[in-house]
Amino acid sequence: MAKSENRGEEYEAEHVHSVYEQIAFHFSSTRYKPWPIVERFLQELPDGSVCVDVGCGNGKYLAVNPRVFIVGSDRSTNLVKIATRHEPHACVVADNLSLPHPPRSFDFAISIAVIHHLSTPSRRIEAVRAVLELLKPPSSAANLSGGKALIYVWALEQKDSRRGWDEGHEQDVMVPWVMKSNEKAKKEKAQKKGKEEDQSLEQEETASSDHPDSKTFLRYYHLYRKGELEHDVGEAGGEVLESGYEKDNWWVIATVKGS
Amino acid sequence: MKILTLNFLTCARKLCKSSNTAFPLHPKEADLEIVETEINVLFLKNIMGRLMWEELKGVVGELGLPDLPPTPPEPETLVETKLQAPEGDNTGLNIEKAEVPSQIAKDLHRVLLETCVKEGKLVCGNCGHEYAVREGIANFLLPGHLV
Ligand SMILES: [Zn+2]
Repeated sequence: MAKSENRGEEYEAEHVHSVYEQIAFHFSSTRYKPWPIVERFLQELPDGSVCVDVGCGNGKYLAVNPRVFIVGSDRSTNLVKIATRHEPHACVVADNLSLPHPPRSFDFAISIAVIHHLSTPSRRIEAVRAVLELLKPPSSAANLSGGKALIYVWALEQKDSRRGWDEGHEQDVMVPWVMKSNEKAKKEKAQKKGKEEDQSLEQEETASSDHPDSKTFLRYYHLYRKGELEHDVGEAGGEVLESGYEKDNWWVIATVKGS
Repeated sequence: MKILTLNFLTCARKLCKSSNTAFPLHPKEADLEIVETEINVLFLKNIMGRLMWEELKGVVGELGLPDLPPTPPEPETLVETKLQAPEGDNTGLNIEKAEVPSQIAKDLHRVLLETCVKEGKLVCGNCGHEYAVREGIANFLLPGHLV
C-alpha cells in the first residue's frame, strides 16, 4: 500500500483504471444483477427523466428502466463497449472528475461502486461534487425540488462478509481480482448460476489464486466507515435526503442544497 | 454514438463548463451509420420536452441530415390511429382502432436514435479541443495538461 501522500491520479491510473481495462470482460460476466436499492431508485424515476450513470461499468443499471434516458460514462473503453448495447441509453468514455455533461441539467444521477476507487479524501469529495453539479438545482420560484443522486460505496463495516473487515481496520486496501485464463468456462458457469447468484460485491473472487493459469490483479479501494459518505456529501455542497446500509455497502440519496 | 446523446454532452474541460459556446459539441469528419432499433413512441413522447431543440437542430444541420421541425413535435403528433384487424385475426370481420407511430415519430426515431456517429471528432466551440469517436464510442479523457 502506497503512503497516502503518494496516492492520487497517477496511483489510480495504475491501481484502478488499468486493472478494470484488463479485467473488463471477465468482470462484466460476473456483474449482471442490480442491487435492490439501486433497482428501486431507477424503477421509481418518472418516465422521461434524464439521468447520468457516473462509472457505469458494463451498464448493468442501464438495463433496469427503458422509460428514462440515461447517459452513462466510464473510464474503461472496454466496459463502455459492453455498456453501449443497452437501448435506448448512451454511454461514453470519461473521467469522473472531468465529466463531459452540461452542468445543472439532469433529473437524476447514480454513481454506484465508483467513488471508493478515488484514493485521497479531497478527490473523493471532488468526485461527489462532480456528480451533484450535474443535477438540476432546486427552484423555489417554480416550487421544484432539485435533481437527486444515489451514491453507493463499499463499507468498512462488513464483519459478516467473506473478507470480514470491520470498524478499526485500515480503510485503504488493495483487493485482489483473480482471473483464470479459462474465461469461457467461467462465463458460462456465472450465467448458469443465474438468479441464485449471491449479490455480494466480490463473489467471483473466491477462485483460488494459486491456480496455475490464473492471474491476480489488485485494485485500490477506500472502505467507507459509518457516516463518512454523508460527511463527503456535505463537504461537496450536497444535502443528504436518505441514507442506509445494504449488502456491505453504504448509500445516500442526495440533492443540491438550495441557495 | 446516437445523435440524441449530443444533446447531453459538452466539453470535459473545467474552463469550458460555464461557456455557452462549448455546448453543443460540433461533429467533424463524421462517418455516420444507421443502427436499427425498435421504435419506442412513449420514449419519444417523454424525451421531447427534455431536449435543447435549437442545439439539436444545429447539430443535425451540421451533419447534413434532413432538417428537424422548427419546434419539438407535440406528443399527440407522434401517434396516429389506424383501423386494422386484431393480430392473428384474418377473418376481416373484426376491425379495431390501433395507435401506431406517425411518420413524424418514425423520422425522429431515425435521426435521434438510429443515426450514429461511427468515426469522427467532436469539437468544442470554446477551446477547440477535439474528442475522438472510434467504433461508435466517444472518448472524453483529457491529456493531463488540459484537465
Ligand atoms: Zn472546451
